[in-house]
Amino acid sequence: MKFLGEKGVRRVLAGIAFSAISALLLIALFIIKEGLPFIISYGPIKFLLSSDWQPQAGKFGIWPMIVASVWVTLGAMLVGAPLGVACAVFLTEFVPRRVMGVIKPTIELLAGIPSVVYGFMGVMVLAPLIRSQLGGPGLSVLAGAVILGVMILPTIISISIDSIQSVPNSYREGSLALGATHWQTTYMVTVPAAKSGIIAAIILGMGRAIGETMAVIMVAGNAVKIPISALDSVRTLTANIALEMGYATGQHRQALFATGVVLLVIIMILNSLAGMSIRKKAGKR
Amino acid sequence: MMSNPIKISAKDLKAFYGPEQLLMSLNIDIPDRQILGIIGPAGSGKTTFLRSLNRLNDLIPDFRIEGSITLDGQDIYHPKFDVVALRKRVGMLFALPVPLPKSIYENIIYGPRLSGVGDRKKLDQLVESSLRSAFIWDEVKNRLNSPAMRLSGGQQQRLCLARILALEPEVILLDEPCSGLDPISTAKIEEALTILKEKYTIILVTNNTKQAARVADRTAFFLMGSLVEYGPTGELFTVPQDKRTSDYITGRFG
Repeated sequence: MKFLGEKGVRRVLAGIAFSAISALLLIALFIIKEGLPFIISYGPIKFLLSSDWQPQAGKFGIWPMIVASVWVTLGAMLVGAPLGVACAVFLTEFVPRRVMGVIKPTIELLAGIPSVVYGFMGVMVLAPLIRSQLGGPGLSVLAGAVILGVMILPTIISISIDSIQSVPNSYREGSLALGATHWQTTYMVTVPAAKSGIIAAIILGMGRAIGETMAVIMVAGNAVKIPISALDSVRTLTANIALEMGYATGQHRQALFATGVVLLVIIMILNSLAGMSIRKKAGKR
Repeated sequence: MMSNPIKISAKDLKAFYGPEQLLMSLNIDIPDRQILGIIGPAGSGKTTFLRSLNRLNDLIPDFRIEGSITLDGQDIYHPKFDVVALRKRVGMLFALPVPLPKSIYENIIYGPRLSGVGDRKKLDQLVESSLRSAFIWDEVKNRLNSPAMRLSGGQQQRLCLARILALEPEVILLDEPCSGLDPISTAKIEEALTILKEKYTIILVTNNTKQAARVADRTAFFLMGSLVEYGPTGELFTVPQDKRTSDYITGRFG
């Protein structure tokens, strides 16, 4: 009886786990099935590297969107990574546990704010500020990067905190007992020991930034062109899909799915990089 | 009886963790350039006392200390006393070896470099002499740049000892340094200690009473946060004054 129960539970759990995986698999399959034939028939090089996006004229080059996504994401990393890691280091090493217990949930709450709200803040506050202080249309790479940089903070901070906290206390004590100051111990021992987890945090944050859609549509301006400066208006891969899916038909629609395939591949690469970084750390201990 | 001058002196030392009292009004004078063995059952305050001597307990929230500890007559808990400098003068070896996740060479020069030694030749010298004093030079001299984590437990512990010696401290604290080691590594550490006491004041907390009998010049017996008995090792082990001491060393409890 007990044996049967044990087996039954295992089967149910396996079923649940499998359904989660199969949802992911189905989404991937669906996008690939819709998008891949188009990439092949249109020509992958022409699709990826041409900068002509004129759906009415049958021209589908997504190079400007790829460039835009890369710039906005890199900009977001420039804003989010140093800020997030510094914040995590400060919270774990320099703040009493009790204070940390209040601040960490607050930061994680940031992740729960709908992206529309971030976009709204960008449109109402950040874009006008950029327009008046730096020139250009305001809705730009810079605005997108700053908004995304703030949006990915919770991801970077909470994963970095976890990895810094998992550094054995004996490392810190060992270093302090050798006459290192608190700060020397932090940057010479604690942070290097947590390095792979911090890198994983940054990569996962990057995945979030590249996949974010709503906030970017609202603040980046959505012009299909290769940006010359950070103040230019751009359209990212995600924005392109969301903006045009509503009315696209036929080949145009397939081209948007193909854009999705490109995004999927990029995110899969980033995620496996993060996974490798985490596994490397697990192997070292 | 106490031929050497006093290096460390604790007066009326009490330690608290929250509402709990860990050390009960301890008084002890520790002579220079000798090995003091501290024995006692688990929870007797040996480690708490040891970690108070280099103020490592400061890191624990809710920990507080009363009374005084002086090193060469200076109060180490005085607000103006430099804790970082103290930890350079009072090195500590932990029960579990904790090499930093760096190479053997970098582990040794970690401390000296922090205190500003930058000259490569001097660092090389320091690495060799401290590894030699810790009886590990021959085992690692050909792989100084390989990760310290790859050494065996006994080697790691001797590396950690070498790392402390590289700081050229005055006092070395050892917190059950051999509890996780095989007999051969233990013997090497003990041999190193008996040579090192020519230059350093050594305080050895150990769960192994025989180890204290073998290497310590003076031995202190701790029980439930109090110092029960303290005297030359030979006397404490042969004619203990307190019944609790004789019970403990003959293995009747603890």
